[in-house]
Amino acid sequence: MIDFTKVEPRLSQMSPSGINVPVRVGADAVHADSIGEPGAYPFTRGIFEDGFRGRLWTIRQYSGFGTAEESNERYRFLLDRGQTGLSVALDLPTQCGLDPNEEMAKPEVGKVGVSLSTLAEAEILFKGIDLGKISTSFTINGTAAIVYAMYLAVADKQGVARDKLTGTIQNDILKEYVARGTWIFPVRPSMRLIADSILYSNTETPRFNPISIAGAHVRDAGATAVEEIAYTLANGLAYVDELLRRGGDVEKFAKRLSFFFYVHMDFFEEVCKFRAARRIWARLMKERYGVLDPKAQHFRFGVVCGGSSLVAPQPYNNVVRVAVETMAAVLGGAQSIFTCALDEAYQIPTEFSAELAVRTQQIIAYESGIGRTVDPLGGSYFVEQHTDQIEAAVLKVMGEIENYGGVEKAIEEGWIQMRLAERALQRKLHIDSGETVVVGQNHFRNPDEVCTPGEVFRLDPAAAGRVIERHQKVLQTRQQSDVERALKRLEAAAAKDKENLLPYLIECCHTYATVGEMVGSLRAQWGEFQEPVRL
Amino acid sequence: MTLKENNEARDRAETTLRGRRILVAKPGLDGHDIGAKIIALALRNAGAEVIYTGLRKSAQYIARTAIDEGVDAVGLSILSGSHCELVAQVVAHLREGGAGDTQVFVGGTIPESDHEQLKALGVRGIYTSDMPLERVINSLAMELN
Repeated sequence: MIDFTKVEPRLSQMSPSGINVPVRVGADAVHADSIGEPGAYPFTRGIFEDGFRGRLWTIRQYSGFGTAEESNERYRFLLDRGQTGLSVALDLPTQCGLDPNEEMAKPEVGKVGVSLSTLAEAEILFKGIDLGKISTSFTINGTAAIVYAMYLAVADKQGVARDKLTGTIQNDILKEYVARGTWIFPVRPSMRLIADSILYSNTETPRFNPISIAGAHVRDAGATAVEEIAYTLANGLAYVDELLRRGGDVEKFAKRLSFFFYVHMDFFEEVCKFRAARRIWARLMKERYGVLDPKAQHFRFGVVCGGSSLVAPQPYNNVVRVAVETMAAVLGGAQSIFTCALDEAYQIPTEFSAELAVRTQQIIAYESGIGRTVDPLGGSYFVEQHTDQIEAAVLKVMGEIENYGGVEKAIEEGWIQMRLAERALQRKLHIDSGETVVVGQNHFRNPDEVCTPGEVFRLDPAAAGRVIERHQKVLQTRQQSDVERALKRLEAAAAKDKENLLPYLIECCHTYATVGEMVGSLRAQWGEFQEPVRL
Repeated sequence: MTLKENNEARDRAETTLRGRRILVAKPGLDGHDIGAKIIALALRNAGAEVIYTGLRKSAQYIARTAIDEGVDAVGLSILSGSHCELVAQVVAHLREGGAGDTQVFVGGTIPESDHEQLKALGVRGIYTSDMPLERVINSLAMELN
C-alpha cells in the first residue's frame, strides 16, 4: 500500500456532500426573509423561541445487552449518572421477529441488544423504573408495533396511566429496506402497521412519539449529509401520505412525527443540514398539506454523534470527534442527543467509556455556554449561504426520487439501495486514497500503534442460555388457550385493511404471546418482503 | 510500497480474480449490508464473477448456494458479534456437502482476540472496515492464487 502519512493533507474546497464551499462569503449571501426568527416559520433558526433556555436537549444514551437483568442494571447506572432518558437496544431476534429458541436466532440472542421475547422480559427490564417519569426510546422497526404494545402492557402492569407515557419507537420501516435490514413484511402491510401505531398513539399515548424517521442509518451506510436529509424527508412524506389515506388528521398526527440523524465531522455542513431540513419540512407541511398549526410544522429531531465517523486506530481521538459533533448538534438545534462512546467503533462500551460520553454532553451543556443563546450562528454570512446550498441540494435529490416514482417504488425495485452502495464504495475509496482525512487511520498514524485501550467489554457468554431458558419457562407457565385465542383474533384483524391492530397486539402481549408468534400471525396474512438484490 | 509496486500488485490481483466465482453472503440476522456490497462491487470491478446472497441467510443456505454455484470462495460479512458461531456453522455445512476445500473469508466487526479461533476454523482472511479496499482485494487474490 502507498504510505499516505507522508502526503500532506489539504483543506478541500468541496464539502463531503460535494458542495463547492467558497473561501469568503459576503453580506449579500444572507436573505433575511427566508431565515425568519427562532420559533417562527419556516423555523430555520429553531422550533423554540427560547432555544435551550426553556428546556435542555435530552441526554439519551443507547444501551442494552445480554439479559433483561443486566440491561436493567445498566439503565439504573446511567439514570444514576444523570441521564434523562432511556434508549433501549434490542437484540436481532427481537428486531427480526424471531423467538430466542429458534435456530436462526440462537447465535444472536442478547448480542447487540437485550432480548424482549415476551412481556415477562419487559417486566424485568423496567423493574424499579417508573415509566410515568422516564422517557424511553426503542430502536425498533420491523416489530415496532409489537414492542410498543409490550411497553403499554408493562405500563398497564405498573399501573401507569397511558397518557403519562413519554418516549419514542423508531418505527421507520422504509430505511430498514434501504440500510438497516430488519424488515419482515412487504412494504404495503408494513406501512399499514406503522399507520396503525401512529394513529393509536395519537389518542392513547398523546405524549409518546410513535415514529422517529431516521436518516442515521443511511448516513452510516454511506449517504452524504445531503442524501441523508433527502431520503429521510422523502420517507417522511410517504408516511404522511399513508396516514392521510387512513383518514388521519394531519394537524394532529404531524405533531407527533420526529426525526433522527447522524452528526459526522464536517461541522458547518452538519449544522446547516439541520437548519435546512427544518425549513424544508415546515414549508412542505404548510404548502403541500396545508398544515396551519405551527406545532404540526415543527421538524423535531434527535441525533447520534459518532457512528461510522469513529475509528478503532487511536481510539482516544474519538472523544474529540464526539465533542465536535455534539457541538454541531447543539448549534443545529437538536432535541435529543446520544453521544457514542470512544470504543463504540469496535465493541459495546465499557462503563468508563459510557460515562465519558455522558460527561461530554454535560460539559458542553453546562460549561461551554453554547446553548445559552438560541441559534447563535444565525445570520452568519457563511452559515446562511451554506444552509441555502444544502437546501437546494436536498430538494434536488428529493426530486430525483419523486421522478423515479416515489420512495416505495424506489425501494421495492432496489434503486435507492443501489445508489447507496455506489456512494458507500466511493466514500471508502476516498478514505483509502487519503483524500478524505481520517486522523490516525489514513493520516498521522504512529508506527507502533495500539489500536484499542486496555479495557475490553465482555458479554457474559452464558447470558443467551439464561434468556432461552427463561423463555421456555414462560411458554410452560402461561395460559396456552388465552394465547391461542389472542393470536387468532390478531390474524383475523390483520386480514381487514382498516382495522387498527394495536388493541389486538396489546391483548396478545398480556397473554405472554411471544414476538415470534405475533409476527407469525401477521406473516400468515401478509407474507414476507422479497429483497431486491441489485448491484 | 511505491506507486509502481502498488500498481503491479493490483494487476496481479486482477489477473487472478478474472472469471473466478465468489459468493458474498450475509449469514445470521445482521442487516448491515454495505460492507458486503462494497466488497462485492470491488471484486466485480476487479474482474471476478460475484454472487451476492442478500440478507439473513442460514448457514445451510449459504453452503448450498456455494456448492450449487461452484464458487471458488465464500466471503461472509458479519457485524453483529456472532462471527465465531456463524462461521463455524457455514464451514461445517460446506464440509458436509463435500466442499470443505472452498476458501472462506470473513469481514466485519471482528475483534483481534477472535482471529485465532476463526483461523482455526479454516478462515483464510479476516478483513475489517478500516482496511483499504485494495489491500483486501489483493490479499484475497493472493489466497486464491
